Amino acid sequence: MKTKLTALAVTTALVAPAAIAEEMTIVSWGGAYSKSQLRAYHEPYSEKTGVTIINDDSSAEAVAKLRAMDEAGNVTWDVVDVVAADAIRLCDEGLAMEIDPDTQLAAAPDGTSASEDFGDLLVSECFIPQIVYSTTFGYRTDLVGDTAPTEICAVFDTATYPGKRSLEKRPINNMEWALLCDGVAKEDVYDVLATPEGQDQALAKLDTIKDDVIWWSAGADTPQLLADGEVIMGSTYNGRLFSVIEEQKQPVAMLWDAQVFDLDGWIIPAGLSDERKARALDYIMFATDTQRLADQAKYISYGPARASSAPLVGKHADLGIDMAPHMPTDPENAKNTFLYNYEFWADYRDDIDAKFQAWLAK
Amino acid sequence: MSDATQSGPVLAADGTPLKRSLARSLRVQKMRAMALIAPLLIFVLVSFIIPIGSMLFRSVENGMVSQTLPLTVVALQDWDVESGEAPDEPVYQAFVADMVVAIENKEHTKLGTRLNYEQTGMSSLFRKSGRKIKRLDPAEDAPFKEKLIDIDKKWGEAETWAVIKTHSVKITNGYFLNAVDMRRTPEGAQVQPEDKRILIKLFQRTLIMSLIITCSCILLAYPVAWLLANLPARTANMLMILVLLPFWTSLLVRTSAWKVMLQQQGVINETLVWLGLVADDSRLALINNATGTIIAMTHILLPFMILPMYSVMRTIQPTYLRAAKSMGATNWTAFWRVYFPLSVPGIGAGSILVFILAIGYYITPEIVGGTKGVFISNRIAYHISSSLNWGLAAALGTILLGVVLLLYWCYDKIVGIDNVKLG
Repeated sequence: MKTKLTALAVTTALVAPAAIAEEMTIVSWGGAYSKSQLRAYHEPYSEKTGVTIINDDSSAEAVAKLRAMDEAGNVTWDVVDVVAADAIRLCDEGLAMEIDPDTQLAAAPDGTSASEDFGDLLVSECFIPQIVYSTTFGYRTDLVGDTAPTEICAVFDTATYPGKRSLEKRPINNMEWALLCDGVAKEDVYDVLATPEGQDQALAKLDTIKDDVIWWSAGADTPQLLADGEVIMGSTYNGRLFSVIEEQKQPVAMLWDAQVFDLDGWIIPAGLSDERKARALDYIMFATDTQRLADQAKYISYGPARASSAPLVGKHADLGIDMAPHMPTDPENAKNTFLYNYEFWADYRDDIDAKFQAWLAK
Repeated sequence: MSDATQSGPVLAADGTPLKRSLARSLRVQKMRAMALIAPLLIFVLVSFIIPIGSMLFRSVENGMVSQTLPLTVVALQDWDVESGEAPDEPVYQAFVADMVVAIENKEHTKLGTRLNYEQTGMSSLFRKSGRKIKRLDPAEDAPFKEKLIDIDKKWGEAETWAVIKTHSVKITNGYFLNAVDMRRTPEGAQVQPEDKRILIKLFQRTLIMSLIITCSCILLAYPVAWLLANLPARTANMLMILVLLPFWTSLLVRTSAWKVMLQQQGVINETLVWLGLVADDSRLALINNATGTIIAMTHILLPFMILPMYSVMRTIQPTYLRAAKSMGATNWTAFWRVYFPLSVPGIGAGSILVFILAIGYYITPEIVGGTKGVFISNRIAYHISSSLNWGLAAALGTILLGVVLLLYWCYDKIVGIDNVKLG
């Protein structure tokens, strides 16, 4: 009996490393977004290489968890999907690996180098952007009256559009929209917001609609509030609104004006073993090539981050509708846009957030 | 009888003195008992006490500045903050030497993030300067004062250096000061500007709302527990299932269900409008505010009140009430003078359980609390997972733990912890 057990233990010990080697943990946001990655990247990659991919939907706490894993000296994740601001923080803290786009990523089919293809969207040395998404507004077509809103300031116009609105329970984006609708020119918004007077001005503008706002903290809140008729308009990620409008056929429409672009993409945690690092890099090279990024747009309405992928965006895999007009980057939608200002919010986040929370609690 | 006259110590059967023999056997027994609880003790120590202790230690630990900029911290000692002038060349020289090492280890950006909690703009200052300081050679490129001011004029401002000097201590009270809406400045502790004071308000709100939730739990649970305790066992068991069934349902599901019930287009408002009790355009705001938190949390914590009350009431003999009545007491007097005092230990146990659970609640206030119904724990969660200011989160958590222990002590003094009965 004892020998049998020993034999078993020895075999397991021999087999185990090989078994682990065929697995990798990829962390993302869950829901429709993870599903789009599963179909566009994970399934073809597993088919090609035989690697089993384990999904973990922890991206919302990715920075905190990676910091904790790093302190514990046991990083269990291989590839992590994070927003650009988190990627910058992870890179700053030395928790993410630097990736050289030109040697470690696939070039475009016409030979354009990856760094040129991604262009300005490579906002951090550790970050490989995957999609461009936007935070924008949706409104109930049956509850806004005869004239549908066409511009952002409708959010602050409670006389024309009475009813509740939903806004995210944080200062980012809300402060910019408030200033914009308080007459500040778009190019001056961050200069104004950097001053205490500017912050007060933005809060004063938000004060005018404070009683009409339901504050959300999860991306699924606004679609739900719109579907329930709790709010007549609300901000959220454009992919969520797409799902409410096209997949669930709710009486909701998009308000693209002053949408705020943000990026989402991959990082590889620092401190992986060489073997895991090599596999993570191999995965990223595969998952961020031109065709793969265009494939993801078949399942979700987020724009691919590579310039060369844009012309390849086709129809939705299940609904069969043309995806291009639903992309935030579509010229028709992108007439008036912001790019999330990473630098500004890295500096001012703590300060403005404290003021914003104090204002909310008043 | 001959033993009594013997003058030496009493001996055990094996010849050792009885006292020593007894002590030895007691020691063996104690060791055996210890060995039995050792697994639990080690488990609690390793998985609970040490992690919590190390987390709490973060609320005062502040080695980052002095570790990353060791030479600068020493050089800054001679600089007078009050002067309002930027320090002299030696400080800059030490700073460049420190930074070159820090950039090598990617520590300078961490330091920037740390200092940004205290002074807005430090994060980008360190990140930007890092790129340029990398190219300087501390041995040859001196003097550095002008060069650094060229990189960013903030290096020429006394304020920047004051922040570094103020936060260069290894053990700091800064996080605790932040946690009570104050801050550490060169002139000592100062109150935060009014538009940033939020945390004390949240502490107060957490305590007041937990108290309201505990009271409403007592009011709702008392009759239910009384009913359960006095019905025949079969019916009581049936009803008990009804109490426990929601208790076994996921917390998230129950909270989300309240969202559906309480919202303006929700079940309760629809019913009230249909009954004509509320006008269609003035529906009640029952959620996304303090009301929502109180309703949902009362429901969620109710079983923790009913169960201890029930187990205490079960032990109260019905004959006591009958005896009181036979002596001429009215129903009310019999209840108030006889039954109620006997049921107080149950209320005590339930209250302390519900109150302490409520004070640290996080998920329900987050979902139904809106802006007026969130607790301090929501702020702790924000600092743990979003702003990553773990020091402040640890300080807030320590204060919360302190408040709970203090209340427990008060409770022990006033009611007496021996009066708490869970069964």
